[in-house]
Amino acid sequence: MRAPMTSLPLVLRDTGFSAGGVEILHDLSLAIAAGPPTIVLGPNGAGKSVLLRLCHGLLSPAAGEIRAGGNSPSTERTALVFQRPVMLRRTALANVAYAIGRKGARERAAALLERVGLSHLARRPARKLSGGEQQRVALARAWARDPEILFLDEPTASLDPAATRAVEDIVAEIASQGVKIVMATHDLGQARRLAGDIVFLHKGRILEHTPAEDFFAAPKTPQAAAFLRGDLLT
Amino acid sequence: MSDLSQALSVAFHLMFSGNRELWEIVGLSLSVTLSAVAIATFLGLPAGAFLAFCRFPGRNALIVIFNAAMGLPPVVVGLLIYLLLSRSGPLGQFGILFTPKAMIVAQAFLVFPIVVALSRQVIEDLWAEYSEQLRSLGSGPLKSVGTLLWDGRFSLVTVVLAGFGRAAAEVGAIIIVGGNIDGFTRTMTTAIALETSKGDLALALGLGFVLLFIIVLVNALAWLARRTGENLAGA
Repeated sequence: MRAPMTSLPLVLRDTGFSAGGVEILHDLSLAIAAGPPTIVLGPNGAGKSVLLRLCHGLLSPAAGEIRAGGNSPSTERTALVFQRPVMLRRTALANVAYAIGRKGARERAAALLERVGLSHLARRPARKLSGGEQQRVALARAWARDPEILFLDEPTASLDPAATRAVEDIVAEIASQGVKIVMATHDLGQARRLAGDIVFLHKGRILEHTPAEDFFAAPKTPQAAAFLRGDLLT
Repeated sequence: MSDLSQALSVAFHLMFSGNRELWEIVGLSLSVTLSAVAIATFLGLPAGAFLAFCRFPGRNALIVIFNAAMGLPPVVVGLLIYLLLSRSGPLGQFGILFTPKAMIVAQAFLVFPIVVALSRQVIEDLWAEYSEQLRSLGSGPLKSVGTLLWDGRFSLVTVVLAGFGRAAAEVGAIIIVGGNIDGFTRTMTTAIALETSKGDLALALGLGFVLLFIIVLVNALAWLARRTGENLAGA
């Protein structure tokens, strides 16, 4: 069984971030607890990717702080699947084994590829795989890190419905292993299918953080209501 | 035109008549050039990776210097190495002037900046693509350098080939530090220079064709290795 979680709850206090003099996130305060997937919802440019990178420890906040179970966020205890993951110039199997990097890595990598349904492509160069297959390799590779929290940055944004479904099934399976999922998307259908709770992000601010049912039934802010109606938020 | 066709037949004759002297010259040329390229690669790849990764004052100046040094005139390098290795020079006690070792040193000196400058560019471009992903996968600086060298291996082969081409083709440096001694430091390029000045243009050109053939052969082998590797591992 896995060791007790040390990265949860994930707490942001007055967190801000700016790049090149442009403020991207303002005064975010948020607590993400163990449980079903948390979906970060919002239009493009809302700051979802930056938020995930901050929580994963790839970026440092310019203001406020982020604590993962009382510690600084760390790439050792969390993993991130990028919207366009970079496949190393190696086989699919070697890409997953790379993330394990110790003895027995290849056996474990093979088992993970099996779980994402890519055993038959294990020996193929990862960069020659289709977009959906690459995203599944990326999921297996992130899974191989044994994360307590798995962040996903719009992992299906450029995939067709069949590939999207495959990715969502894998995400659900990873969640069922007790891994906390935090996923950014602007796809409402996907949010409905996966979310336990919704963080609604708009123009770098958190407008709502509510259980998914409440969010979809009765959004509290006009921006969220407009987003749910499918209006183009600017 | 008659010179050309005569040269071709001389080249053909040289290569297929079992001329022992020719193959000794070819062997020495290859061993000097390949040793120089091996040394320059061994030192140049880490230096290129260091330049790609590290930020320090004077880095940009160093990059410009290495880029410029790709065009070092071989005769000037030969002269400098000559002065260093000559009896009265600072490295004179080694007594390697006019030996193949001196030729290797001179060629390694010519190839080193090529390997540094081009590998720096290859690694830096790859790093731009990889850096976020590698950090996310928990790779420290050392593992990241290893990853970039390995994943850039196919482009780096081309870098090494550029260095090989430079060394295989040059004559200015090795003729000064090697002395073109018959049976000892005579290579294909120095032999060509000698035969040209003696007026035996057909023999000079014939040797030139042999040299070209060998360079094409080495590049074809490298290309084959690269393509096979790419198909197996993906690039």
